[in-house]
Amino acid sequence: MSIHITINGKAQQLDVDPEMPLLWLLRDVLGLTGTKYGCGQALCGACTVHLDGQVIRSCCTPARRADGRSLTTIEGLSPDGSHPLQRAWVEQAVPQCGYCQAGQIMTAAALLARRPKPSDAEIDQSLAGNLCRCGTYTRIRAAIRKAAGIDP
Amino acid sequence: MRARLETALLGARPLASALLSPLLASALLAGLLGAAGCQTPRAQNSATAPPVPLPVVPERELRAPDAFAVYSERAERSRALFGEASRVLLHARCVNCHPSGDVPLQRQGLLHDPPVLRGPDDRGVVGMECTSCHQDQNLELARVPGAPNWHLAPLSMAWAGRDARSVCEQIKDPARNGGKSLPQIVDHAQHDALVAWGWGPGSEREPAPGSQAQFGALVAAWVETGAECPAPGSVPTVPLGGVPALQRPRTESP
Repeated sequence: MSIHITINGKAQQLDVDPEMPLLWLLRDVLGLTGTKYGCGQALCGACTVHLDGQVIRSCCTPARRADGRSLTTIEGLSPDGSHPLQRAWVEQAVPQCGYCQAGQIMTAAALLARRPKPSDAEIDQSLAGNLCRCGTYTRIRAAIRKAAGIDP
Repeated sequence: MRARLETALLGARPLASALLSPLLASALLAGLLGAAGCQTPRAQNSATAPPVPLPVVPERELRAPDAFAVYSERAERSRALFGEASRVLLHARCVNCHPSGDVPLQRQGLLHDPPVLRGPDDRGVVGMECTSCHQDQNLELARVPGAPNWHLAPLSMAWAGRDARSVCEQIKDPARNGGKSLPQIVDHAQHDALVAWGWGPGSEREPAPGSQAQFGALVAAWVETGAECPAPGSVPTVPLGGVPALQRPRTESP
C-alpha cells in the first residue's frame, strides 16, 4: 500500500505496511533519527512529532493515520535550528543526556503555537507526558518561558 | 508535576470514596443478596420482587429483556430493565471515560497514567490530547486501547460515583445527553463505535457484561416500557460475585 505523507514540508510516497508505527518509518525507512524510541507504549514522549500540528506519539501511531497529512519532526521544526525553543534550549543549557529533548521541544512547540504565553500550570499539563530521567524539568520550563518571552 | 496533578484531583473529587466504593457496594450486595440467595432482585430498587425469580446469570452475562416479563407492572419492569442495563453503564469500561472530575480513569477505577486532563473540549489539553496516543482501534503491540472518536464524556454525563437512578435521569435528559431523544439513545447504545469498545477493550481488560446487541436490546426494552428510573440508592441486579465498579448508594446530591 502506498502512503502519501508530507514530511517536514516534502511530499513523499511510501510503500510500507500501513500498520507500521510512524517511528519505524521515520527512523528505519527515512533515516530521520532525531525522533527517539523510548518506551514504545506512548508513556514517555521521546517519540513526539506533529501530525497536522497536533502532538502524537509516533511509536503508537500506524503509518496509515498519516496518509494525506503533514508530519513534522524535530528535523523540520526549523531549517537551521533557529526556532525560538531551539535557541532557548541552547541558551539555558537544558539537556543533560539529551535523549528526551527532541520530544520535549516538539511538545513545547505545539503548546506555544496554541498558547503563546502559557502559564506554568499549562506548561506542566502539556508536558506531563514527556519524561526526563535526568530531571531537567526546571530548565525545560525556564527555556519555554524564555522562548515565549515571559519574564523569569 | 505528577504529584501536583494528583493533589489537584484529590481536591476535585472524593478519590478515597471512589476507590472504596466497589468494596462498599460489594458488601452491600452481599448483605442484600446473601440472605435470599442471588435469585431475588431485591437490590434492584424498592419495587416488589417478581413473582418468579429472575434467572441467575454469570457475572459477565446479561439477562435478556424477556426475563423481565415476570414483572407484570410495566413501570416496575422498566425499572428492572434499566437496573440490568446499568450493569454495563456502571462497569469500569464505561465509567472510566465518564469521570466526575477532570482526569479519566483506567483499569478498575484507577487514575489515568500518564497524567492527562479533560481539557476544554473533553479531548485533552494541547500536547496531551486523547488522540496523541489513542488510535481508532486497540493497539495490541503497546496495549494502548483505541476506538473511533476516542474522548471523554462531558462532566454533565459523569457516571463515576453515581447510582443507577442518577445515570438513568442523566441519560433521559436532553439537556445532559447531547440533545438525544429516547430512540436516539437506543440507537447510540446499539450502534455507536465508541460504545462498542466496551465489549472489545483489548489486552487484559475485562469487557463489559454481555454484548452490545444484548445491551442495546435491554435499552430498547427499557424505552418501550416507559423509560422509568430505579429508586434512589438502588444498585444493579448483579449476581453474587459481581462487582459494580464505582457503584455506591447516593448520600448527597450530585
